[in-house]
Amino acid sequence: MSTSLRNNQSVLLAAAALGLLGSGVALALFWAPEDADQGFSQRIFYIHVPVALTAYACFGWAAWKALRLLWLREERYDLESYVAVHLGVIFGVLTLATGSIWAKASWDVWWTWGERQLVLFLVLFLFYSAYFMLRYSVEPGRRRANLCAVYALFGVVLIPVSFLAIRLAEQFIHPVVFNADGPQMEDSMFATFLVCLAGTLALAGALYHVELAGKRIDARVRRLRELLA
Amino acid sequence: MSAGERYAFAAYAVVLATVLVYLVIIALKVSRLERDLGELAERAHERRAAEERKERVPVG
Repeated sequence: MSTSLRNNQSVLLAAAALGLLGSGVALALFWAPEDADQGFSQRIFYIHVPVALTAYACFGWAAWKALRLLWLREERYDLESYVAVHLGVIFGVLTLATGSIWAKASWDVWWTWGERQLVLFLVLFLFYSAYFMLRYSVEPGRRRANLCAVYALFGVVLIPVSFLAIRLAEQFIHPVVFNADGPQMEDSMFATFLVCLAGTLALAGALYHVELAGKRIDARVRRLRELLA
Repeated sequence: MSAGERYAFAAYAVVLATVLVYLVIIALKVSRLERDLGELAERAHERRAAEERKERVPVG
């Protein structure tokens, strides 16, 4: 893909993220109906769940790129997988932070170890945080790329476990909004959620392209410095 | 402002602040790359000038 096309993609995604997230936050705070049970604090749902789903999407994307690396043996997939894990961890931090704030507002605790959904998300987050320790403890090259790719692929197994944990739990306080009968909320709430989800996905896409472009330029500058030394 | 409103605004503020910090980090990276590229361009220019001077030296 040419550099100008990649730049255009980044600009389009950034503009989409700005528009969708701006509209999503406005809809969430001023238009969506107030939840009868939780009141205003339920509006955290519109940022917490899209951010969590975006973290899963980033980890899934990283695993896809890792699979491509192992399958096609093309070096560029290593960097792409790494950048996706990096973004997934950032969205993971945001999921834990917004989730804690919501837990405090709803259950009056910042964290509870009794909830499988929370603990499994924390395990997933810590697993991918350890990816960086692995990456920076091995010399750059084919071996490191393969090790990181296998690690990213193993991590993706935790995603369905984390996602389904809440549905398999016998006793839980974490709410179940999406079940086999579809979304358990009003249409206006679901529309707001979809706009916020599209916004966070576009934001992740824009950051992915910008971060990737930065890392590629950095690598070229390093090569150029070696040539001119 | 109720406690629920405070918590909701705090959650949105955390996301906004993180995105802003990320943007600042990217801006710092871009400015470092710009500086590095400027330095490399200068080095390449000096090397070219030195090669041109060498070519102009009369032989014999």
